[in-house]
Amino acid sequence: MENSASNEAFVRFEGVQKSYDGRTLVVKDLNIDVPRGEFLTMLGPSGSGKTTSLMMLAGFETATKGNIYLNGQAINNVAPHKRGIGMVFQNYALFPHMTVAENLAFPLKVRNMNSSDIETRVKRALDMVELGSFGDRRPAQLSGGQQQRVAVARALVFEPDLILMDEPLGALDKNLREQMQYEIKHIHERLGVTVVYVTHDQSEALTMSNRIAVFNDGVIQQLAPPTELYEKPINSFVAQFIGENNKLTGTLQSTQDGICTVRLPTGELVTALDINTDDIGKESTLSLRPERVFLDPVEGQCDNVFTGKVEEVIYLGDHKRVRMNVCGHDEFIVKVPNSTDNKGLQVGGTAPIGWSSKDCRALDPI
Amino acid sequence: MMATTVEAEGQLTPEEQKSLTADMHRSLRRKKIRAMLLVAPLLIFIMVTFVSPIATMLFRSVDNPQVSEYMPNTTAALAHWDADSNELPGEETYAALVEDLEVGRKNHTIGKAATRLNYEKSQMRSLLTGTARKAGRLKPPYKEQLIKINDGWGDIDNWRVIKRESKPYTLSYYIAAFDMETTPTGEIKMLPEQQRVYLQMLWRTVWMSVLITTLTLILGYPVSYLLASLPMSIANTLMILVLLPFWTSLLVRTSSWIALLQGQGVINDILVWFGLVSDDNRLSMIYNATGTVITMTHILLPFMILPLYSVMKTIPPSYMRAARSLGATPFTAFFKVYLPQSVPGISAGAILVFILAIGYYITPALVGGQTGQFIGNMIAYHMQSSLNWGLAAALGVVLLALVLGIYGLYSRLLGGNNQMSLR
Repeated sequence: MENSASNEAFVRFEGVQKSYDGRTLVVKDLNIDVPRGEFLTMLGPSGSGKTTSLMMLAGFETATKGNIYLNGQAINNVAPHKRGIGMVFQNYALFPHMTVAENLAFPLKVRNMNSSDIETRVKRALDMVELGSFGDRRPAQLSGGQQQRVAVARALVFEPDLILMDEPLGALDKNLREQMQYEIKHIHERLGVTVVYVTHDQSEALTMSNRIAVFNDGVIQQLAPPTELYEKPINSFVAQFIGENNKLTGTLQSTQDGICTVRLPTGELVTALDINTDDIGKESTLSLRPERVFLDPVEGQCDNVFTGKVEEVIYLGDHKRVRMNVCGHDEFIVKVPNSTDNKGLQVGGTAPIGWSSKDCRALDPI
Repeated sequence: MMATTVEAEGQLTPEEQKSLTADMHRSLRRKKIRAMLLVAPLLIFIMVTFVSPIATMLFRSVDNPQVSEYMPNTTAALAHWDADSNELPGEETYAALVEDLEVGRKNHTIGKAATRLNYEKSQMRSLLTGTARKAGRLKPPYKEQLIKINDGWGDIDNWRVIKRESKPYTLSYYIAAFDMETTPTGEIKMLPEQQRVYLQMLWRTVWMSVLITTLTLILGYPVSYLLASLPMSIANTLMILVLLPFWTSLLVRTSSWIALLQGQGVINDILVWFGLVSDDNRLSMIYNATGTVITMTHILLPFMILPLYSVMKTIPPSYMRAARSLGATPFTAFFKVYLPQSVPGISAGAILVFILAIGYYITPALVGGQTGQFIGNMIAYHMQSSLNWGLAAALGVVLLALVLGIYGLYSRLLGGNNQMSLR
C-alpha cells in the first residue's frame, strides 16, 4: 500500500509529528506528497512549523513520530550527508574562508570527483547564475544578491534531485528579492528539479510555486495551487493570510445547494457560497476580496447590494483604496480602479456597493 | 562665517578647497582633544608603570658604572695603558689604585666595584677587598708592594679586565646571558659545557611553554566547542565552572596541586591503593618538569577557553549544516569548515597562553623543583639572591626580545589570515 503511494510521491511526509519539549507539538500530523519536479512552498507565520518540517526533511531534526520518504525510501534514520539533498540557507551559509569556486567545488570534492570534472561543473554552475568571473572572490566580497546566487549554485552543483530553500530571499531588498524570485523560478523550470521552499512572504509563494502548503499552528491549513489558494480559500485563516480580505461575521440563517444566507449583527442578510460552515444558527465569517466589490453596481450585476459610508480614501495611482463603513463594519476595503467616472468619492459621503454571492465565501468563524 | 559656496557642478576653486580643509580641521579639533583627554589617564599610567620600567631594564642591562665610579683614578690612569702591550701598567696606575682602594674602603664602596669585576673573573673580589684592607699602610712606590701583597696585581689579565670594565657601558651581561665569556684578551667564546645555564634554561622555557600551550588547546577546544553549541543559559552556567579557577588565588591552586601530586599525595595514594604503582615506587609528579606542566596547564586553561569560545560563538551552526547537506561527513565538515573558521580563536588563545607561560615565575618556583624551573625563576634569582641586576636585566631583555619575535612571527603568519576571515 505504502509502496504504490510512494512511487508517485517523490517526497512524502506520513503522519509526521515533532515536539521539542515532550509536551507541545510543533508539527501535528503532517501529511504531504510532493511529486517529482514540483515547486512546493511551505508558507506560514513564524512558529507555524514550516521550518521544522523542512529541517526534518533535510535531516537536521528528527521526527518525533511518523515517516518521511524520499524517492520511496524511508529516510528517518539516514544521516543528512547521505540524503543527497541540496539546501539553500537563510543567510546563505557560504564558507567565508573559501573562494566562490571553492565553495562550489566543496560538494564535488567530498564526493571524490576528479579535479577536471569539478572544474567544468563549477564553471557551468557559475555561468548558470551569471557569476562566471567571480570564482576567485571570497563570499564577503560579493553583494547580497550575488551571494544568494552562489548559494543556489552550490546547492545545485552536485545535481541533487531535491532542493530545499529556507527563506533564502529574506535578507535581500525588495527589488532584488523580486528579481531573484524569477531567477529561481526559471532555474526550477529549466532543470526540472524538485524544490521545497519555505517562506513567510505570501507574494514570494504566489509568484514561484506550483503548490503552496499554508501552515498554521503545526497544521497544514490548505494545500493548493496559488490561484486556488487565493480564489478559493477553504478557511478563514487562509483567506486572511493570503492577500487582502474583507471579513464580515454573522449567523448562518439557511443553506441550500451550496448557497447560504448569513445575517449580520446589524440585521442585513448576505448570500454567499457555503464553503465551511457549522450548523444553522451558528456563527460564520464571510470572506470577500476587495477587488470583487463594485461601487455603484449596475442593476442585476450583484445579488448583494448595500450602502457604504466613505471613511478614508487612499490614492495609489492605478487604483484607490477606499475604506468604508458597511453594515456597521468600518474596516471594509474596496479597491476602485482609477477611472474618470468615480472622481467624486468624498470622505463622509455614501455610495451604493455590491458584490456577487459567487465571490463571497462563508467560512469558519474567527 | 566662512561659508563655502559650492557651485552647481560641485567643483571647488583651490581657495575654497583650502578654506574647506581648514574648516574641517577646526571642526575635528575638539573631537581630537576630547579623544586625547579620554586616553590620557591610561597613557600616563602605562608610561609610568610599563614603559619606564622597561626602559630602565634596557638601560640597566648595558649600564656599567661601578668600576668607573668607584675607581675613578685607576680608570683615568688605565686609559693611557695599552692592554695589548703585554706589559704591566706603570707606577702611576698602581698609585691610583691604592688611592681608590683607600677611599673605597672608607666609603664602603670598593665592594661594589669588586663584585662587578668578580662577575668577569673569579677571585677579583678577594683580590680587591683583600688589598684594600692593607692599602692604608702602604707608602710609595706601590707597584712592587702590591704585587707582593697579592701576586694577582702582577697578572696582566686582571688589569685587562679592570680596563675593559672601566667603560661606562658593557655588553658583558648579554655575553653572560648567552652562556659566553670574554677572555682577558678580548675574545668572546662559549663557556665550557658544564657551566652553561641560561641557553638551556631558555630552551626549556620555550619547549615547556609550547607543550603547555598545546595541552591547553587539546583540553580547551572540545570544552569551548561544547559551550558554544549549548543554549545560552546552560553555557553561562558551565562558563562559571571555567572561570571558577580565576576566582581562586594562584597560590591556593598551586598548593592544591602539590597536595594532589606529591609522593604521599592523593593521586599516588589512589594508584598505590589500586595496586597500579608499588608503594616504594611512587610516581614523582611534582618538583620537576611534570609538575610545572600539569599545574600551569590547569592555571592557564581559561586563557585558552575564553578566546576560543568567543570566536566559536560567532560561527553560525548553519555552516556545519550546509557542509553536511552538501555531502560532507561530520568529520569532513568539522575539519574543512568549522576548524578553519575557529583558527582566529586558536591563534589568539595560543599566543595568549604561550606569552603568559614563557614569562611565568611563581608556579615553576613552587612546583618546578630543579628540572621545572623557567627563565623567569633565573631572573628572579639574580634580582633577589645574587643581586646581579645587570644580568637579570639582560635575561629580561632576551626574554622580551624572544616574545616580541614570536609575536612578530605570529602576526606575519596568522595576522593576514585573521583579517581575511573577519572581512
